[in-house]
Amino acid sequence: MTFKTNWAEMVNPAVRDIPPSGIRRFFDLVTEVKDIISLGVGEPDFVTPWHIREACVYSLEKGYTMYTSNHGLLELREEISQDLSQTYQVSYDPRGEILITVGVSEGLDLAMRVLLCPGDEVLVPEPSYVSYAPLTVLAGGKPVYLKTSAENGFQLTADMVEKALTPRTKVILLGYPNNPTGATIDRKHLLNIAELATAHNLIVISDEIYDKLTYVGEHTCVSSLPGMRERTILLNGFSKSYAMTGWRVGYAAGNSDFIAAMTKIHQYSMLCAPITAQVAALEALRHGQSEMRKMIAQYGRRRRLVVDTIREIGLPCFEPRGAFYAFPDIRCTGLTSDEFALELLKEEKVLVVPGNAFGEQGEGFVRCAYAASVRDLMEAFKRIGNFVRRRTGRGKVLTFSFGKKEHKDDVIRKTV
Amino acid sequence: MKEILELLEADARLTPGQIAAILGKKEEDVAEIVKDLERKKIISGYFTLINWDKLGAEKVSALIEVKISPQRDVGFDAVAERIYRFPEVRSVKLVSGACDLVVMVEGRTMKEVAHFVSFKLASMEYVLSTATHFVLKTYKHHGTIVDDGEDDRRQVIVP
Repeated sequence: MTFKTNWAEMVNPAVRDIPPSGIRRFFDLVTEVKDIISLGVGEPDFVTPWHIREACVYSLEKGYTMYTSNHGLLELREEISQDLSQTYQVSYDPRGEILITVGVSEGLDLAMRVLLCPGDEVLVPEPSYVSYAPLTVLAGGKPVYLKTSAENGFQLTADMVEKALTPRTKVILLGYPNNPTGATIDRKHLLNIAELATAHNLIVISDEIYDKLTYVGEHTCVSSLPGMRERTILLNGFSKSYAMTGWRVGYAAGNSDFIAAMTKIHQYSMLCAPITAQVAALEALRHGQSEMRKMIAQYGRRRRLVVDTIREIGLPCFEPRGAFYAFPDIRCTGLTSDEFALELLKEEKVLVVPGNAFGEQGEGFVRCAYAASVRDLMEAFKRIGNFVRRRTGRGKVLTFSFGKKEHKDDVIRKTV
Repeated sequence: MKEILELLEADARLTPGQIAAILGKKEEDVAEIVKDLERKKIISGYFTLINWDKLGAEKVSALIEVKISPQRDVGFDAVAERIYRFPEVRSVKLVSGACDLVVMVEGRTMKEVAHFVSFKLASMEYVLSTATHFVLKTYKHHGTIVDDGEDDRRQVIVP
């Protein structure tokens, strides 16, 4: 008789109890359907600019294939420090206050693990990126959700933070511009939240991976606010702004004692970020500004097109101010987020991500990434228009013409 | 206006309505601006980039360096004009360096192009010499890589 290991039983309950990602099952479905237009991709549709790739190829030719310091290449940290001080007038010592991580994801994981003791509470705005809550739980913390909604532009206010405070609250996790809503956070709200953080001795983890992708107003770096540099862990990287998602390189900047603690875990679990990716990131910072601006201009143009089109279809859509997502309200179709996404995929071969993948507050919405060509976007929204028309059972045939400027506010009110 | 031109330069098939939506302007305004740009010849034409090689079409093109002696008052312009009036000439540029004009000529066969160069171009008054380079392969033109293998390789759904 052979003894069979029951692996399910071997899994740590903390891991077992984390629900699988809400988007997993779409993978299986999409392999069966051909000619899909995907608006489900949360990464740039551009390939990394050639000069960055070329610099990486050159580094390989020159034999840069070794480990770097645990902290990452000093030149890269220096360049990051300079970039932060130029862009946001906030200074970090490249020698002790910056750690190169394997993407923001690792940075967030490290920060959580270093900060949280069992039962510590982390305030997580909702909807927000899929990893925030699971990483909190894995680090032993407890996510407490700050529910933002379309009615107030997915804006996070100090009021919401204050109401959620308990003696166990330790961290506020901010991720603006936001994935999936495209919301940014106003400076005045940030200032109020900063005041609260100071009054209650809270740490702010700020994931600013979409900072450069801000189309309306200017991005405020949390650590640039008065008194916040000392209580903020700033996370950022190269994935979105330089179209470098697959390189897996990002950084954390913060207090030197804290960065040293993060480095402790990083040196044992990761050792260092890949040198090829670090070399590429260095090239991106040194010479990548103009290519980056070109890509961002493209997203900006598509943003307007997409929001107009969604509203013309008759779906209320909050105006995204950053990132590359639109987050239309689909409740007028009478479908749940899941039903909408699944039926749309089957009937019209357009893939969107159900909003509830980003937390309960996302129910009733779907995320449409506009990191796709204008041609694909136009075709996709034509199909979405057909789908919505069928579901809302409106006899009226919506004439589909881009850029028709009827007034959107009315459309929104009518359908909410 | 500059933004409209950039959009059209990248995709001439965008309609005024689409451009209006992209730029957050009114369709009528965009149409009017485009018309005006066409009138002023700032938009000098709309073309389609075709990879004739892929079709296996018989087509030969050559890049010809032309040295000329400039003429009083008109400099190189008069000779350039005599050259660019020929329909087989696809482009003419005045350049700095060893030669004066760079002329792109297209024909159906190599013989045809050679004939044009020797009988029309080289024998022209004020033309001192020519050097003909037949094009063997085009890798990139008009900012577009001819055979770009960089398709969308992203996974269809990414959080």
